[in-house]
Amino acid sequence: MKDSLGSVQSLLVLGGSSDIAVATARKLAMDKTKRIILAARPSERLDAAVTLLRSHGAEVRTVDFDALDFSSHEKVLAPLFEEGDIDVVLLAFGLLGDQATDERDPLSAAQVVQTNYVGAVTSSLVCAEGLKKQGHGSLVVLSSVAAERARKANFIYGSSKAGLDAFAQGLGDSLVDSGVHVMVVRPSFVETKMTVGRPKAPMSTTAEAVAEGIVEGLRKNSEMIWVPAQVRFAMSAARHLPRPVFRKVAEKQG
Amino acid sequence: MGTEKLTGWGRTAPSVAEVIRPRSSEEVADAVATVGPRGIVARGLGRSYGDPAQNGGGRVLDLTGMNRILNVDIASGQVVVEPGVSLHQLMQAMLPFGYFVPVTPGTRYVTVGGAIASDIHGKSHHADGSFAQHVAAMDLLLADGSVRTLTPETEPELFWATAGGMGLTGVVLRATLRMLPVETSRILVETKRVNDLDEAMDRMTATDGDHRFSVASLDNLATGPALGRGWVESGDFAAVADLPPKQRANPLAFQPKPLAAMPDLFPSGLLNKRTVRLMNVANYRRAPQTPHTHLASIGGFFHPLDAVHDWNRVYGAAGFLQYQFVVPFDAASTLRRIVERVAVQRAPSFVTVLKRFGPASPGYLSFPTEGWTLTYDFPTGTPGLSGLLRWMDAQVLDAGGRLYLAKDSRMSAADLEAMYPRLEDFRKVRAEVDPQGVFVSDQSRRLSL
Repeated sequence: MKDSLGSVQSLLVLGGSSDIAVATARKLAMDKTKRIILAARPSERLDAAVTLLRSHGAEVRTVDFDALDFSSHEKVLAPLFEEGDIDVVLLAFGLLGDQATDERDPLSAAQVVQTNYVGAVTSSLVCAEGLKKQGHGSLVVLSSVAAERARKANFIYGSSKAGLDAFAQGLGDSLVDSGVHVMVVRPSFVETKMTVGRPKAPMSTTAEAVAEGIVEGLRKNSEMIWVPAQVRFAMSAARHLPRPVFRKVAEKQG
Repeated sequence: MGTEKLTGWGRTAPSVAEVIRPRSSEEVADAVATVGPRGIVARGLGRSYGDPAQNGGGRVLDLTGMNRILNVDIASGQVVVEPGVSLHQLMQAMLPFGYFVPVTPGTRYVTVGGAIASDIHGKSHHADGSFAQHVAAMDLLLADGSVRTLTPETEPELFWATAGGMGLTGVVLRATLRMLPVETSRILVETKRVNDLDEAMDRMTATDGDHRFSVASLDNLATGPALGRGWVESGDFAAVADLPPKQRANPLAFQPKPLAAMPDLFPSGLLNKRTVRLMNVANYRRAPQTPHTHLASIGGFFHPLDAVHDWNRVYGAAGFLQYQFVVPFDAASTLRRIVERVAVQRAPSFVTVLKRFGPASPGYLSFPTEGWTLTYDFPTGTPGLSGLLRWMDAQVLDAGGRLYLAKDSRMSAADLEAMYPRLEDFRKVRAEVDPQGVFVSDQSRRLSL
């Protein structure tokens, strides 16, 4: 159970080695989160995350989880809810892909979409069921501002996040009487390992800032958060721009 | 039978459970016998502040429908009641016969079952002890479906594990209470303003041996030389001779004013450091500088907030929490440090109550132990509250004190272990009577109770 001040006791992270995942788990561990499960493919980064989180006093374990292996999601994730209540599930995996490559190689594009959308849908559904059975908990889904309006430079990634974003909002509505809270997180361009070497977009943000937003959103039971907060208004405007104007604006941002 | 989202009185941390409203012991037994893997817990009027009477994904037994007074012995003042009987109901039924409830907390709207499970206390703790010390017997439904009649003499272990046991040993199906004989329904209250914490503590120490009821209210935001200022109230049930002639004809009248309703419209930040400061100062100034005695009604003296139905809504959707601790008398310096830090950090508390507890009851998890107890009401949105409370936890723990489970909504499992040395005994009894952990709550999960 989250406590009366919104502090989280137990956390399951899907995609446990991503920068945002680690930054969020670290903040929660520094607060009151004592039990953390990192579900991800084994890697050095994952091991480093385990060490880091343990240094903050959390009991951490890992579970081998492959977002693309849809058929395994039920088998891998469902039993985790039997071990004890999970207060927060953070769905943090995702592929940014490379727009140019992905446009030339449809199978590479498919991998982005399958990871960001299909894999997220199957794993969210398994986790939502687990949370529903315990009658409380939050599912945090990492979307993107690109879900609001994709542009020429990111529409494969953007469309996958748009699908996930719509899915997560609908899932949240469907769970409203079950005690389960779904929070959609829409960060702007995040400077992470996924974005090294890419041009920075205006209003870009950091994994730390996204983590901060998530922790705050969990306290307030927000259903949608934007990081940074003001990007919400920029995107709200962008959404209503006529297509030719939007193209010009998007062009300038690269 | 359906699922409902439940919270405690503080309206924080909701969870959804299947709520069952039994009307008889058989229906309770049925609900326990057919329980699923997430277990079951009893709930009364939902006045616990945090999460002890909710059970996410499992069952919650709303016992407010089991509210019959089964037997009354006018000569001895013993009553046999079902668990859903409220203290309000008991007062209405028994005052005409010259009996008051043995212990009342700050609200009449708690059930007898809840009063036992939390082993509640009131302004009379130094004189009368806690609620369960006035329970002569109770019938407890256990996880295996059997019913045991418990008295402190015949089954002390299970009795004192159940008293203060937060509903985790079973379901109380009926209880026999020893009521308090009274001549009137009025309380003779002496009120005096106190200019600082020392004066408050001195006055209580000096006077509470002479009075059944004793309590101090503090202006929690006053700092410097005014730190801990407030007013001390000392009271006793009035004798008929104390009443004005007009009231003597009906000395046991009990007609609490009809409840005003609180609409659920308040924004979350309404009670903040500015508004609470204004109210605290106004209350302090209203208190008389020299001792002043007046006759108070039961509602006015014990349950002022009960006059407004759903008063917890004034905190808005964000909710609030109550923080109540006790530290031994020799840890007065800890008490002072806490009062000071809360005031300096300007954490607004709408109600701040100081009291001296008498000796502890034998309840394994009963809260009251001999010492100073202080209660704060904080809106959960108060900036820096989490860190402040954790600092307070450490101070309380360090002084050998503890927090009250009926008000807890955020303490840590490790602190609980350290604060309740008899937790192991409690767990042993519970493991015997409920090895599968059928009786569980969100709180018991949160604290690995």
